[in-house]
Amino acid sequence: MKSTLKLALGLASAITASTAVSTAAHAEDLTLCWAAWDPANALVELSKDFTKETGIGMKFEFVPWTEYAARFLNELNSHGKLCDLIIGDSQWIGGSAENGHYIKLNDFFDKEKISMDDFVPATVVGYSEWPKNTPNYWALPAMGDVVGWTYRKDWFSKPELQKEFKEKYGWDLAAPTTFDQLKQIAEFFQKRQIDGKTVYGASIYTERGSEGITMGAMDVLYSFGFQYENPKKPYEMEGFVNSEKSVKGLEFYKALYDCCTPPGASNSYMGEGVDAFKSGQVAMHMNFAFTWPGLQKDENVGGDKIGYFVNPKGPDGDQFAQLGGQGISVVSYSDKQESALKYIKWFANKDVQAKWWSLGGYSCLNAVVKDPKFPSSQPYAQTFLDSMAIVKDFWAEPSYAQLLQASQKRFHDYVVAGQGSAKDALDGLVKDWTQVFQDDGKM
Amino acid sequence: MSLTTAHSVVAPSANSKRIAGVIIVAYALISIVPLLWIFATSFKTPPDSIAYPPKIVFQPSLEGYCNLFTTRTRQTPEYINSLGPATGLCDETVRKRNMVIAGPSNFVPRFVNSLIIAFGSTFCAVFLGTLSAYGFSRFKVPLADDLLFFILSTRFMPPIAVAIPIYLMYRELGLSDTALGMILLYTAVNVSLAVWLLKGFIDEIPREYEEAAMIDGYTRLQAFWRTVLPQATTGIAATAIFCLIFAWNEYAFAALLTSGTAQTAPPFIPTIIGEGGQDWPAVAAGTTIFLVPILVFTILLRKQLLRGITFGAVRK
Amino acid sequence: MLNRTADNVARATPEPLARKIRGISDKGLAWLFISPTILLLLAINIFPLFWAIYLSFTNYRANRPNEVVKNLGLSNYQRILGDQDIWIAMQTTAHFVFWTILLQTVIGFTLAWLIDRKFRGHAFWTTIILVPMMLSPAVVGNFWRFLYEPQIGLFSYVISFVTGIPPTNVQMLSNVELAPWAIIIVDTWMWTPYVMLICLAGLRSIPEYIYEAAEVDRASNWRQFWSITLPMALPFIMLAVLFRGIENFKMFDMVNLLTGGGPGSTTEVASITLKRQAFESWRTGYSSAFAIILFVAVFGLANIYVKALNKVKQR
Repeated sequence: MKSTLKLALGLASAITASTAVSTAAHAEDLTLCWAAWDPANALVELSKDFTKETGIGMKFEFVPWTEYAARFLNELNSHGKLCDLIIGDSQWIGGSAENGHYIKLNDFFDKEKISMDDFVPATVVGYSEWPKNTPNYWALPAMGDVVGWTYRKDWFSKPELQKEFKEKYGWDLAAPTTFDQLKQIAEFFQKRQIDGKTVYGASIYTERGSEGITMGAMDVLYSFGFQYENPKKPYEMEGFVNSEKSVKGLEFYKALYDCCTPPGASNSYMGEGVDAFKSGQVAMHMNFAFTWPGLQKDENVGGDKIGYFVNPKGPDGDQFAQLGGQGISVVSYSDKQESALKYIKWFANKDVQAKWWSLGGYSCLNAVVKDPKFPSSQPYAQTFLDSMAIVKDFWAEPSYAQLLQASQKRFHDYVVAGQGSAKDALDGLVKDWTQVFQDDGKM
Repeated sequence: MSLTTAHSVVAPSANSKRIAGVIIVAYALISIVPLLWIFATSFKTPPDSIAYPPKIVFQPSLEGYCNLFTTRTRQTPEYINSLGPATGLCDETVRKRNMVIAGPSNFVPRFVNSLIIAFGSTFCAVFLGTLSAYGFSRFKVPLADDLLFFILSTRFMPPIAVAIPIYLMYRELGLSDTALGMILLYTAVNVSLAVWLLKGFIDEIPREYEEAAMIDGYTRLQAFWRTVLPQATTGIAATAIFCLIFAWNEYAFAALLTSGTAQTAPPFIPTIIGEGGQDWPAVAAGTTIFLVPILVFTILLRKQLLRGITFGAVRK
Repeated sequence: MLNRTADNVARATPEPLARKIRGISDKGLAWLFISPTILLLLAINIFPLFWAIYLSFTNYRANRPNEVVKNLGLSNYQRILGDQDIWIAMQTTAHFVFWTILLQTVIGFTLAWLIDRKFRGHAFWTTIILVPMMLSPAVVGNFWRFLYEPQIGLFSYVISFVTGIPPTNVQMLSNVELAPWAIIIVDTWMWTPYVMLICLAGLRSIPEYIYEAAEVDRASNWRQFWSITLPMALPFIMLAVLFRGIENFKMFDMVNLLTGGGPGSTTEVASITLKRQAFESWRTGYSSAFAIILFVAVFGLANIYVKALNKVKQR
């Protein structure tokens, strides 16, 4: 008994001592929270320069996309002090501004002469402003991102496949410009034998738990004519969310899922998409642009084998793409706001932004992306610019999480589980969203 | 009893024993395949781990463990070359995949959190549990049955249901994402187990010992220290291990009430990802390290398991 | 050794205080020993429970702390009981609980019955069988996702190897029909040993002389099984079912990591719905009401069951 007690005491004191030491040593370190993905790892590499310059150490908390929103919104709502800096998703801005999670950056920008006019306009509206289109800034645009597509250039250029494709569909096999073409290509490749392996048409977003299937379906629905609300009357959704065009779009997404995706791809988001493309399973791959630098450098599918294309046009020629990306904000519960602001000041620097782009991040600074050398700096640079020009985003309302939950359920139940019709799903969505806005007192 | 069984008229025939043995061994082997697979996967390279058909024979590699402990970024060969020579085995392994180590991962701090929270809450739960169990066992406590049931009833709540008000309470008290908050919570959950188990153990210790000690001039408290506690050591140790296992394995509270500073390993391990989806060798490596202590405890505890899992309701 | 510890404690305690402690009455000591536990449970369990009950009558949202909280009366409860999705989640939970318990009881009892033959090495193999239930359902559940992966997953590979179905078609987690079974399989794998262990205790509690008497009466093995073994082990089986039933009704960790409730909502058990409402949609009031309903349901069902169990025991 005595020895047990001693052991317990010894352990307890050792543990207390070690935590005390570790907290003392890192008292001045900043913690930056973001999603666990390639750009975040590149940011760790980039931030070494910040530590060298200022002596402020950096710690990082990265969470996979499928848990990113749930975890960090939980953290912000609990008024936790884990994150000093957070690169929060574009849709969180409304809630985080209204509930006081982020500090407002206007004064800081004025003092440090950081001008939002120096950043790509779409990213300023998307990542920094709340209310939208007013000069109230809650974040510095940090990572531009948008949904686009990659394809296997090497397969597309095989003469025998080109010939067969032309005979079958009557046009030349190339990166599609309309969704109809995209589906034909996907059908063409589905279950085809290439280099002794069975391959599939396309990898698309179908994830249920966080935001996956909404991002994917919306990316298609926009171009088919989906609108969130009556442009003239806010929050009027009947006939816009569930318009005939929207129904067509959602039916298309399901048809694409049913005919042309790899087996078992019922819960796939960015990570699974990357895996499917990298393992040579799919001919085309829907994903956010952040995945492109990594794929371009991949030994097996990168280099000359990969091509990129902008989200295709819908039946009426409309063309939009789902906005991704984030701004960097200072958390209001942090005790180290001054150091955190130093980081933002450092990060806004032109040279840092240029290195950010070269390491695999997507800078939002005009000086970087409007540089005449930019489009040719990487094979995907032009596609990125073209995509950023046609972006649309999901609701950024404070109730975004509830709105997203509803669309996740409606879309997954219809597209993946095959319950009901597209019309049912969208009618249900109007009902759910109306309920949310009514609870908020906005309708 | 086992001695008489062999000679009794109803002893199972040698044949039926053999058949039973074969079935049990087969079941045991099949049921540990997933665990062996975790162990094997932790020593595979990422390509080997997702090979088809699944590889049973493979070249062992420490890449999974390297990936578990580091954060890496894929860079161009020019950039990697500009960094100078690789330092250490992991650095070399990683560079072969055109990556550089950007920094340590959060696995070690999470593992340390698991240790602090599991040991801290176990210590508190066993301490409180021993006192209460002695109280319930030896004294006439008014409404004892109701109180004991009340202590147990806290286990009927789905953890998510408990987590909602705790989340709000901890937010007000500043206990969100702190080790102290998690220790308090796990203590509260474990104390019901500790009371029920230890009451059983203490009930089995004859009162005569204490009474004899008290006749010798000891006070009640001294008698508790000198006669009851030494005899309850096995029970206390077994209870402590059960509490430890619960706290070690717990996921729901940890996932909802901690985000980093005090996060334990269970919610962290499933978030270990590579460039795409989960980095299975790294996940397997983390899982292996996480499971080993439990395997040791299971073997230590095998005789007391039954009691522990039924809150002392069944005692061989 | 312990004497010394106690002495040290006694010596370290200031004399007046020590006298006070020593002189404490039994009744005082009982409360001194019990009250810390009760206080802790009041603070961490009961107080929050009452808070949740209060919240369940409001429209409170944890992510809008500054908004005015309105009293809604019973409308949260009405909304839940009228909500189609909640009922679907309850059905999913019931399906999961029913099948896991059935499978675990049948397999667990059979294993216990076989182990009770006491073949050579039975103790060792029993310990091996017990291992899965000691592990973290979250961490191991997460790894099962890998085993279920079509084509590259070991489980899918073995199934396709045995049945001849192409390995890409064994989609345990993405097929609407198979996913509910995928979670049942993992739960059964993990918890059958639990039921087995309790059944084993039941079988070992049957006195030898009853079988000897039956043998004298020349009752067949079959008769002995049905009229002695099963009825006498029944209280134990029922106890195992009770514990498993409560645990699986609360099921969260393993399912959350394995399927997250998908595909669609086919494996969305009650706890997952609750988590989504409470910690993703932040409808705190509404989800508190749902939590209270779940709590009452578990508590009520368990109470009815315990009454039945006591009846069986008395027989």
